[in-house]
Amino acid sequence: MWVYQKMLQYPARVRSTNPRLAKAVITQYGGPDGELAASLRYLTQRYTMPIPEAKAALTDIGTEELAHMEIVATLVYNLIRDASIADIKRAGLDGYYADHDKALYFVNAEGVPWVAAYIQSKGDPITDIHENMAAEQKARSTYEYLIQLSDDPDVTDTLRFLWQREIVHFQRFGEILNLLHDYYGRERVFHMKGWDPEKMPPVDR
Amino acid sequence: MNAQQKEMLLRIMELQFAATELNLYLDTHPDDMRALQEFRMRSQELMSAKMEYERVYGPLLNFGLGMTGRTWQWIQDPWPWEVNWRRS
Repeated sequence: MWVYQKMLQYPARVRSTNPRLAKAVITQYGGPDGELAASLRYLTQRYTMPIPEAKAALTDIGTEELAHMEIVATLVYNLIRDASIADIKRAGLDGYYADHDKALYFVNAEGVPWVAAYIQSKGDPITDIHENMAAEQKARSTYEYLIQLSDDPDVTDTLRFLWQREIVHFQRFGEILNLLHDYYGRERVFHMKGWDPEKMPPVDR
Repeated sequence: MNAQQKEMLLRIMELQFAATELNLYLDTHPDDMRALQEFRMRSQELMSAKMEYERVYGPLLNFGLGMTGRTWQWIQDPWPWEVNWRRS
């Protein structure tokens, strides 16, 4: 089960109303490489992990991602809270406003709603951890693009915190991958060398 | 939220971040005794900082895990997304 803590993980500051920046930042709420996807991906993969380190890391990182989702929501909420209709139109957020007013909804920067197809849960722990390492890198890149787009130094400060967390999570998943290789007694190779073709599924020619 | 409450809460957030970071590290390095010692220390500090805060400002955790006074303070504003963290 989970409990709620009545505080953010990081003091998310916003300098001034900026719906245009909100339109970009919201992708880390409900976009393909956003925090909702990250959290749900890890929390749903953990059931089929074979080693205790992996079960713990997926539970804990998945939980931390929920806290990041709340930080991103706080940024978006405060960036649009005091925006006028004119501000919203100027920022190109009128489509979003028509569907959601200033409420938080899971969309990417172009307004496309979140879908479960953003994430994978494959049952093969090696495959899943590779997916997660890629996911952390994709989120890191996204935060770098958002930092380039940000014209609010306070928002940039929080984006930098979230960016750093992607790097730490990538590191932890890399360690989990190593532990899984040990568990399966498998060589650490990143090409097909050493694979037994007899064990591959038959190809119908 | 007044300056003193913010300062106490910020201290808790810092301690909790240190504990979170050590927790993730320990998940993949469970035999690192130095990290474990550090985690135990931070988590002690965190617990007493939370108790001190909750005694004055009400529970930080729901479902019976926080400290509850004579009134139901859980519903008190501000909620985390409403706190103004701007340095003035």
